[in-house]
Amino acid sequence: MSAPMLLEVKDLRVNFKVYGGLLTVLDGVDFYVTSGERVGMVGETGCGKTTTMKAMLRILPVPPGQVASGQVVFQGEDVLKMSQRALHRVRGRGMSMIFQDPTAALNPVFSVGQQLGSAIQYSGFDGRASGRQVRQAALAALREVALADPDRLLNSYPIQLSGGMRQRVCIAMALATRPNLLIADEPGTSLDVTIQDQILRLLHNLVVEKQTSVILITHTLGVVREMTDRVYVMYAGTMVESAPTRALFAQPMHPYTRALMQSVPRLSGGGMAEGIPGRIPDYLNPPPGCRFHPRCPSVMDICRQQKPPGYAAGDGHQVACFLYKEQDGSNPGVR
Amino acid sequence: MAQPTTSWGAAADLRHYRELERSSRRENFGRAWYKFSRNPLSVAGLVIVAVVVLLALLAPYVTPYPKHAGPFTDFANAKLPPSWKYLFGTDTIGRDILTRVIFGFQDALVMGIVVLALVVPPGVLLGLVAGYFHGTWIDTVIMRITDIFLAVPPLVLALAIASVLVPNLMNSMMAVSLMWWPWYTRLVFGLTTQLRNEYFVKSAETMGASTAHILFKEILPNCVSPIFTKMSLDMGWVILIGSSLSFVGLGTQPPKPGLGTMVADGAKYLPDLWWIPVFPALGIVVIVLGFNLLGDGLRDLLAAEEV
Amino acid sequence: MQLASFILHRAIHSIFVLLGLSVVIFVISRVLPGDPARMAVGARAPQWVVDNLREQMHLNDSLPVQYANWLVDAVHGQFGISLNTRRDVSQDIQEFFPATLELALYAGVLMGAMGIVLGTISAQHKDKMIDNLVRILSYLGVVTPAFVFAIIFMLIFGYALHLLPTLGRLSEGLTRPPAITGLVTVDALLAGDPRAFWDAFLHLSMPAVALAMGGIAQEARITRSTMSDNLTKDYIAAERALGIPERVIMSKFLLKPSLIPTISILGLDFAATLSNAFLVELIFNWPGLSRYGINAMLKKDLNAIAAVVLVFGVVFIVVNILVDLVVAQLDPRIRLGAGRSE
Repeated sequence: MSAPMLLEVKDLRVNFKVYGGLLTVLDGVDFYVTSGERVGMVGETGCGKTTTMKAMLRILPVPPGQVASGQVVFQGEDVLKMSQRALHRVRGRGMSMIFQDPTAALNPVFSVGQQLGSAIQYSGFDGRASGRQVRQAALAALREVALADPDRLLNSYPIQLSGGMRQRVCIAMALATRPNLLIADEPGTSLDVTIQDQILRLLHNLVVEKQTSVILITHTLGVVREMTDRVYVMYAGTMVESAPTRALFAQPMHPYTRALMQSVPRLSGGGMAEGIPGRIPDYLNPPPGCRFHPRCPSVMDICRQQKPPGYAAGDGHQVACFLYKEQDGSNPGVR
Repeated sequence: MAQPTTSWGAAADLRHYRELERSSRRENFGRAWYKFSRNPLSVAGLVIVAVVVLLALLAPYVTPYPKHAGPFTDFANAKLPPSWKYLFGTDTIGRDILTRVIFGFQDALVMGIVVLALVVPPGVLLGLVAGYFHGTWIDTVIMRITDIFLAVPPLVLALAIASVLVPNLMNSMMAVSLMWWPWYTRLVFGLTTQLRNEYFVKSAETMGASTAHILFKEILPNCVSPIFTKMSLDMGWVILIGSSLSFVGLGTQPPKPGLGTMVADGAKYLPDLWWIPVFPALGIVVIVLGFNLLGDGLRDLLAAEEV
Repeated sequence: MQLASFILHRAIHSIFVLLGLSVVIFVISRVLPGDPARMAVGARAPQWVVDNLREQMHLNDSLPVQYANWLVDAVHGQFGISLNTRRDVSQDIQEFFPATLELALYAGVLMGAMGIVLGTISAQHKDKMIDNLVRILSYLGVVTPAFVFAIIFMLIFGYALHLLPTLGRLSEGLTRPPAITGLVTVDALLAGDPRAFWDAFLHLSMPAVALAMGGIAQEARITRSTMSDNLTKDYIAAERALGIPERVIMSKFLLKPSLIPTISILGLDFAATLSNAFLVELIFNWPGLSRYGINAMLKKDLNAIAAVVLVFGVVFIVVNILVDLVVAQLDPRIRLGAGRSE
């Protein structure tokens, strides 16, 4: 590995305490991001992508949610064990997040200027900045995301903005704090496709320009293909496959990944796209062994009993599936 | 699925369907009870209300001195503090306070039931009509009238109305009813204006359903939960207002026991004969508490079901 | 400009409501069987006196004419003569209203401040000891009628502990400060008389707290539930993720949206307070408009009843307008809802 390690998540397990018992939402999540990398995270709704990100920033709703075990090592330190003060510095300046639903992510009773300004003031200037400095920075941030009339925008309220504008404001806020790592949670999915396209292009340009590392969460394979260097495929709270983007699309290995690729409808060639039979597991009583086994076309006996570790399968390509056990000469789980 | 061709087959099908309905309703009820019973406070509310109702119903049989609920004097035993003989003590003319409090429950419950029975049907009806015809003159007229009645603090209006009439239980119930109905109209108005844009209402309209059908068979069933919750909470509030009215002398008249009246009469004798106002006051608190807990439990239950 | 049009709109609406209310009151006051003129002069007055008075009181005219006359008089502040005090009802109102206003104001401030503070504490320490304690107390506060609190306070603080005075506004022997506002505490401060102020304040404390209990409990409950709901909202998580410090989030970004339902309810609770003032004033012998009103009601003093109900109606409407204004200030969604570009 040539680039320095920015973020390393090791065996993260998160539970949600609900009425009937414990939901084991994250069942040992491992991944990493190096400096300047653009990492994609793909998976169905409900597989735990957002939960992982929230756990990393320690913004999970803590009464029902609890981090059972694991480490989130950011720039050498474990975020989960940090003091409030250190955590505070990581949030915003270290890692920053663009939420999935921009309408819900903006406080409805405060103006854009007040929210953006607060973010800039506390993360950008450490709480010590003049009103003018903050305002200049806020205006600059809004211009960066190609929003017209930033002056008026600063005094506007979220309810006055369109969906696309709200998304851009959220991006502006996340970038205004100059994070080393930007987490984009399904950007643009709540908007119509043409606007989503604009948003994604904007994001792409900004990321390239600022050389920020990115975790791009999405359930759209096309986006991943265009905008990431490396991809993780997630299913039911664990990583099932990871590879450099081109390699993943050239040779998807995990049965789930294969099924995902097949379920994308193609414009050329005939036939309907095939969905994946079955449903995501019940986290209250998850299936033993490999969590995908009830839906897997290549299921074997061992799959029902043990959870497969990650096996190396080529240059940077990892698969968590017993099908690839023989191919892997080295110890499992080594990256 | 093959359609039964004989009439016997059709009847069996229908019976089967009814069985399913009944058993699913039983299942729903079972599930609802399970959820309800998880919250000890709600169960406590249910128990309190049940006890109060039972006591009120069986008052002549369970109270130690049922005669004391009427015209009765026993000056030899007057002004006695609580003791084993008179658990809540006696009042200034020798009547057992425990007995009178339990009998007082009767009037309190009657007030709650009668007022709600009088208020809910017209209030809900007006709300449905106003909400469905929102934007027309019907709506404006109804809601303005509602606003008028809501413009005055509730008790003030009730007092004013009750005061011009002969003071007795019946008239105080009328007074409270007159100021209570707007709350239901407002509630149902808000619900109806939201619901009338829902697809199931629109589709009923395009199918040519009559207004009455839409109001009562489409919209109203969706309002039942909030209305019901409000009713159970209101029982407590109506009783509270009723006791406030009788506190002033406008409710149940002596010698019949009214909880508010007893507090008012006894207030003069504070602090020496403290038991005379305190126990009836506690009685009021207990009833209102019970209905409140019960109502909250129902609200949690019904709200959760919607998720 | 939106503000001006809002106020204008509400004012017109209120006038209609008040008119309607006046009709209702008038109808009620004329429903009573019996002859108001006869009641005014007593049973022993000769019939011609009664007949003359009937003429004077326009009692022989048709009802709508009577209503018109009454309304015109009312707008001028003339509500007729009180049967009880035998003087102008408007004079009575002038004398007794400030006392009730003072009581209601103190109670209102208590409700708002204590309610919000308790609710906030409760929400921030959710499910811990203090939260449970506040919740239980709030519950009891809501179900207990104000007059019960009044009696309990009187027993404990007045008689058992002799801490607070129980009757009236000012102790005997103290002269009342010159009435500028009519509120004894304020007048005492304005007149530079700290002893009178303190004394009046002590007299106020029990009735005001008894009145406020229900409201405090209600505000605390609503604040708590709104705050704990808002705590789980995405925008709070987003603000945290951006590195905004926790204390700023709690005191600013969480507080403002959470206050909105509370303040909306404050208007209704104030109405309840005005209602309950009736009973509390009786118990503490507070010389206020409510006590005057109750006496009027018990003695069937029609003019006084009508006037009192109208006064309370006006006060309530004004308070509601104020509350709506504050809420509109706080919540841009209400102010600007029409300007959405989506």
